[in-house]
Amino acid sequence: MSRQVNRRPEGGRIDRDRSLGFTFNGRRYTGFAGDTLASALLANGVMLVGRSFKFHRPRGIFSCGAEEPNAIVQLGAGARTEPNLRATQIELFEGLEAASVNCWPSVEFDAGAVSDWFSRLMPAGFYYKTFMWPARFWPQYEYVIRHAAGLGRAPAEKDPDRYEKFHVHCDVLVAGGGPAGLAAAFAAGRSGARVILADEHSEFGGALLGLGAGIGGKPAIEWVESTVGKLRGMAEVRLLPRSTVFGYYDHNDLGIAERVTDHLGPAAPPGPPRQRLWKVRAKQVVLAAGAHERPLVFADNDRPGVMLASAAQAYVNRYAVRPGERAVVVTNNDSAYQVALDLDDAGVKVAALVDLRPAPEGPLADALRDRGIDVLGGRAVVATSGGRRVDAVEVGRLNDDADRIVGGTRRINCDLVCVSGGWNPAVHLFSQSRGKLRFDAAGACFTPGDSYQAERSAGACNGAFRLADCLAQGLAAGAAAARDAGFRKGRAPAAPKAPEPEAAPLRAVWRIPLPGDRARGAKQFVDLQHDVTAADVALAAREGYAAVEHLKRYTTTGMGTDQGKTSNVNALGILGQVTGTDIAGVGATTFRPPYTPVGYGLLAGRDVDHLFDPARRTPMHAWHESVGAVFEDVGQWKRAWYYPRGAESMRAAVDRECLAVRNSVGIVDASTLGKIDVQGADALELLNRVYTNAWDTLKPGRCRYGLMLGEDGMLFDDGVTSCLGENHYHMTTTTGGAERVLAWLEQWLQTEWPRLKVYLTSVTTHWAVAAIQGPNARRLLAELCDDVDLGAFPFMSWRDGTVAGIPARIFRVSFSGELSYEINVPSSLGVALWQALMTAGARYGITPYGTEAMLVLRAEKGYVVVGHDTDGTVTPQDLGMDWIVSKKKKDFLGKRSFARSDTARPDRKHLVGLLTEDPREVVPEGSQIVEEVRPAPPMPMGGHVTSSYWSAALGRSIAMALLVNGRNRHGETVTISLPDRNVRAAVTKPVFYDPEGEKLRA
Amino acid sequence: MLEITCPWCGPRDETEFDYGGEAHIDRPKDPDKLTDEAWAEYLFMRKNPKGPHLERWMHACGCRRWFNVRRDTFTHEITAVYRMGEKPPGDGA
Repeated sequence: MSRQVNRRPEGGRIDRDRSLGFTFNGRRYTGFAGDTLASALLANGVMLVGRSFKFHRPRGIFSCGAEEPNAIVQLGAGARTEPNLRATQIELFEGLEAASVNCWPSVEFDAGAVSDWFSRLMPAGFYYKTFMWPARFWPQYEYVIRHAAGLGRAPAEKDPDRYEKFHVHCDVLVAGGGPAGLAAAFAAGRSGARVILADEHSEFGGALLGLGAGIGGKPAIEWVESTVGKLRGMAEVRLLPRSTVFGYYDHNDLGIAERVTDHLGPAAPPGPPRQRLWKVRAKQVVLAAGAHERPLVFADNDRPGVMLASAAQAYVNRYAVRPGERAVVVTNNDSAYQVALDLDDAGVKVAALVDLRPAPEGPLADALRDRGIDVLGGRAVVATSGGRRVDAVEVGRLNDDADRIVGGTRRINCDLVCVSGGWNPAVHLFSQSRGKLRFDAAGACFTPGDSYQAERSAGACNGAFRLADCLAQGLAAGAAAARDAGFRKGRAPAAPKAPEPEAAPLRAVWRIPLPGDRARGAKQFVDLQHDVTAADVALAAREGYAAVEHLKRYTTTGMGTDQGKTSNVNALGILGQVTGTDIAGVGATTFRPPYTPVGYGLLAGRDVDHLFDPARRTPMHAWHESVGAVFEDVGQWKRAWYYPRGAESMRAAVDRECLAVRNSVGIVDASTLGKIDVQGADALELLNRVYTNAWDTLKPGRCRYGLMLGEDGMLFDDGVTSCLGENHYHMTTTTGGAERVLAWLEQWLQTEWPRLKVYLTSVTTHWAVAAIQGPNARRLLAELCDDVDLGAFPFMSWRDGTVAGIPARIFRVSFSGELSYEINVPSSLGVALWQALMTAGARYGITPYGTEAMLVLRAEKGYVVVGHDTDGTVTPQDLGMDWIVSKKKKDFLGKRSFARSDTARPDRKHLVGLLTEDPREVVPEGSQIVEEVRPAPPMPMGGHVTSSYWSAALGRSIAMALLVNGRNRHGETVTISLPDRNVRAAVTKPVFYDPEGEKLRA
Repeated sequence: MLEITCPWCGPRDETEFDYGGEAHIDRPKDPDKLTDEAWAEYLFMRKNPKGPHLERWMHACGCRRWFNVRRDTFTHEITAVYRMGEKPPGDGA
């Protein structure tokens, strides 16, 4: 266990009484409560934490927040392992395990680093250029590339954690809890508005946690604590720490990822969810997301030890960690001066402050000089040297145009290089909200321009980098947001004073020129995570990828897991230089959610497993289970598929069930059939408009089969509708079509035919349905029912009666081709009915059968299943069902489309039967029929098999197919092409059993 | 996610609604009299504007009523919600 060699003896927002053990790349370390993984690693002297994506160059901790490009780690192991997390944002907990990604065998020695030696052969667009030819080798290339690429590993096991979602409304959502956000929440909260303040860190305060700044004459942290205290006292204010506002969507809909127990690791209590997704609809939004410091682009600026200046400052102040022993600070603006002072205070030797601006003056420069720190104006760090860590920088003098290094360079030894190239406002959420960015020349950065939604930006994300301005803007924005949300009380409170010296303008230099003797070879990194250099950007522009969205995709700059938070603006600046436009003309790429990556578990919430989609069960479900039925999903329904006896195979069970129906009696649970109660003075008119056949003659007590079409003339649904009385019908639909048909009818009634007096009610689950089918069905029914004259109960009629003492509605309809009664009883009595039928049916060997036997039985009769034998391109005529299409009705839905040239053409695909030459051959459904057999595809296609079964009743296979011109090809032999062989089959009429329907009407 | 104001239930999340395409397409009174082109126009052809669009929505997870919406397809701004059978306010889309 190593000592925390770089920990300062005192200070910082860490709890030195709570020591936490953790491992990184298998080695054990300790840190303190309040550390991040990054700060704890730095405290232990670990700077090298990863390898770069393309060249496998050593990389160190670069930032202290969400913008981190390098310190990307794999956290945890097993089912809970999580890839590509930023070490700078992981709160340390006891037992934390993390490892570098993208290195093998280890981060210290990475075999992939050889790619750095060949890096001149891997320019921008390398993969596009290299792996194009020959095209058939792509699968091999892809295998190697995918292995070489990619950062972390996804867990292979099921996520064991629980996530949840909150849907909330608020008046003002404040994104970001730094000085501006706290001020905004305070001003809005005072008005009584419902406020949510979300911040990604464990505690509120933002940049103030890492600064030594003062507010109102006191340390800033006291203002933070007092403001948070006041917010806690406001009943309508909700504070969400560890919560990232990651997405800003339409109509002020925002997503917040709250990490509820991530920071507790294995010690997390079992009650709360691991993470919580807040879906917030906010009347007003205040964006106070802060800013990211921008790196400078110079040679070998990726060496471990090169770090954003503000990050170094946060490490010494907030975490009491010295990230190095001897620092060089290089900057183009004033903000890094205080960093140099803080480092010096912390005992880090500051070797020099290098300022790109020619004549650094002012109280901060004086303070540095007073401490004996060199302030080198008009100069820049042009390159670094070192191995796994920087050991020196080279400093050269810039000419006036900043495009050349004048004279020689000077070497300064150091193990830490603090860079500041200015600040990029975190405009991500603003841009996601479709606000327009504008380029601020003074800050050389993009700031929010015109708003698109009900939001306002405040503080650093609005380009206000001075503390006093952040506070004032936050207060004003919070008060204005509350006012616009309808809370008129009060004005913005006066901003407290936060003295800072006047800032001098920055000097934007997008790319520090190389000394003349080193024009080639040196890598000046723009995007650290994706290894994109300034030369790559220039090359892309030369090759014509000069539009910003093209540049991004060609070089992949900004496409890493960090989404280019530190790289995008520098890339745009360099592109502008190369193409001779200014950066404002180049424009920015589109920002897209999420701001930082979010896990799938969070997005899924509780909508997983059985809660993902409801499972519907019939009243008799438990009975089916009790006899060992195997179930299949039909829509959301669980339907009994077949009922194996003992070790019986599916084929044997289905054969037995089918033969029972054909020879005696079977029973099937038909409760899932869609049922719609249709009532009203115009009920008959509705039926006539939506079905293809005529309904005027249907008398009470009778049933009729009908087809529904879309307006394009294609089959939509089918079913039997019965006349219950004057203006009252009972409509049935397919199991899967119940909701669709109800919605379809409602749509026509509400939108096109509002004058029709018709009322539709879904009664699918009001009824339990047991259908008894087979030659003994009437005998069985007679034993349980004595109040219906079964002798005067013809096919396609219904009767009310009593079955086994239960009031029932019995329909004599059939989907098997046998004598059949569908007995409907109230749902709660379904089990009683079923059991009574089973008991009374024992003497007939009554056999429960499932959906598979049902499908075989109907196929033997040539009955189609909509959606199984049809696919939305099939007309009734294609199925040979002209008989059900009325010639007399003037109009019905879809009728006009029969006359369209394509629908009317005689050689469409028609439904046919297929009998394979080998009767034992059951071809798979979906098999293709080819018109001509060739050695290899493509072959001319004739159609496909829609249904295919073994028919026990016929002792052979049967199939149905949609075949080009099939109606006129009965008797022909066609070829079905299977992957390994061809099967020949005779084309027949699609009816295989009892074509005259004698059994049906018996 | 859009926020859509159902004329009967008030503002609700988009996920509660079904989309029904372009509004104000009347079913022809006598389809048999139409040419194939005119029938195809009714059947298949829909506007696809970048800008204001009159369209139908149904409050599927609420009152299940159909109604009309004027929505800008580019900005997603909803500038009118009106009932079936009513004319779009102002000069339409």
